[in-house]
Amino acid sequence: MTEAAVCPVLHERDHPLHGPTGFAEAVSDGPVKMLWPNGVEAWVVSSYAGARQVLSDPRFVTRKGGHPEMRTDSGEPVLDADQPGNINAIDGEAHLRLRRPLSRGFMVKRMNALRPRIQQIVDEHLDVMEAKGAPADLVTSLCLPLPSLVIAELLGVPPEHQELFQVTATDIFGKNGSKDEYVAHATKLADVLAPIVAGKKDAGTNDDLIGLMVNDTDFSMDELIFLCIGLLAAGHETTSNFLGLFTLHLFEQPEQRAILQGDPARADVMVEELMRYTVGHLGGAGLTRRATADVEVDGVLIKAGDWVSVSLLANLDEELCPRAAELDLDRETVSHLGFGFGPHQCLGANLARAELQIGLRTLFTRFPNVRPAVPVTQMSYRTDMITYGAASIPVEW
Amino acid sequence: MTVRIDRTRCIGSGQCVLAAPDVFDQSDDDGLGFVMIAEPPADLLPGVRDAVDRCPAQAVGLEE
Ligand code: HEM
Repeated sequence: MTEAAVCPVLHERDHPLHGPTGFAEAVSDGPVKMLWPNGVEAWVVSSYAGARQVLSDPRFVTRKGGHPEMRTDSGEPVLDADQPGNINAIDGEAHLRLRRPLSRGFMVKRMNALRPRIQQIVDEHLDVMEAKGAPADLVTSLCLPLPSLVIAELLGVPPEHQELFQVTATDIFGKNGSKDEYVAHATKLADVLAPIVAGKKDAGTNDDLIGLMVNDTDFSMDELIFLCIGLLAAGHETTSNFLGLFTLHLFEQPEQRAILQGDPARADVMVEELMRYTVGHLGGAGLTRRATADVEVDGVLIKAGDWVSVSLLANLDEELCPRAAELDLDRETVSHLGFGFGPHQCLGANLARAELQIGLRTLFTRFPNVRPAVPVTQMSYRTDMITYGAASIPVEW
Repeated sequence: MTVRIDRTRCIGSGQCVLAAPDVFDQSDDDGLGFVMIAEPPADLLPGVRDAVDRCPAQAVGLEE
């Protein structure tokens, strides 16, 4: 193909829980070259095998090298290509140098040890919601505060600074702001962080993430500060949006909701299916990579220098599981791509899993009649943020 | 059948531990995965195959 197809408008959806109108149809026939809203042409790869191939082949790199990011609005990229500590845009050994020490902070056993604390935060927030009475907004009552508190504690940010951290992190990555705005917010956050970092250095502890980075790694101060910003931002908005979206899907599919309520102990397996399904149905803009060599993907030759957008529509590929377009909470866990794949797969996946499992299970067991106070299609959704989700979820019980 | 983890590829994501907790663990020293039972009995093999499939760094191998 020589002419790139024009990408459908990414924020237009027929149903708030489904992907951009026309997107899945436009990319269903194998890699398709598309003209994105910012003027960049990129291949969209949406098969399961193709997605895994691109995300795990080192010839596809994340480093965006001075080129515009595939953002939905035009304008200069917010981050410099060589922003220190930008773990999501660095490859090979340099990536492993940042990634491996952090993985230690997110080990499965560490995340499991956090579960009682996560349960306590969920319980306390649902207590408050119940005491205030219906209707309540699930987003502000539970979805947002849960991951924000957990990541702040995991980093080791003292309680008196947590609010400023959360507000600033949302300002930084929440909206596609200008570069000047970014620099102003990052500077503010760096000022708060400096004394915290100094304190951890004096104490010599490594039992929280900041302590681990300060005392157990060779990260520079610039890297460390940017990693803190990135973890805060990545750690709360995504999880919050998904907890909300999972709940909305269950409101819309009562027979699936009954499966969860019938066997809440299996919530861990069900969260994997909800993740597969939700991410797959959102489709749209995906994970961006750039080819450094000519590589064939799904029968199409992608040339060195070409951009590739891996669409997580791949989660709905029948090659992954039968009836892949359907939500089936009786399904066993499959290797879905909801957290990505390859060396950049989500660092916080095991934390997000624990939060989603405990949050969802507790909500539906404690409030067995929880229901939307307005129709799901009439709630307001945020298209101004980098990750998509419901702005508020009014519920009764 | 022998299970291995290639430590030069491992990123410490812990997916193998989720797939087959009786066979894999993560090291307290560096967070990377390690094999606890190199020659697992047949009933643990489905979990091991799942770990091979799920490992994002393609670091887990099962030599049949
Ligand atoms: C439901 C919640 C979440 C979803 C759906 C999600 C999704 C993803 C995806 C798809 C990637 C891969 C990006 C790529 O390949 O370009 C990623 C990377 C990442 N995520 Fe998450 N994430 C979630 C929660 C979290 C949490 C809770 C944290 C941290 C506390 C986090 C931190 C990160 C980091 C640091 C990366 C970059 C890793 C690297 O490049 O090596 N995420 N996430």
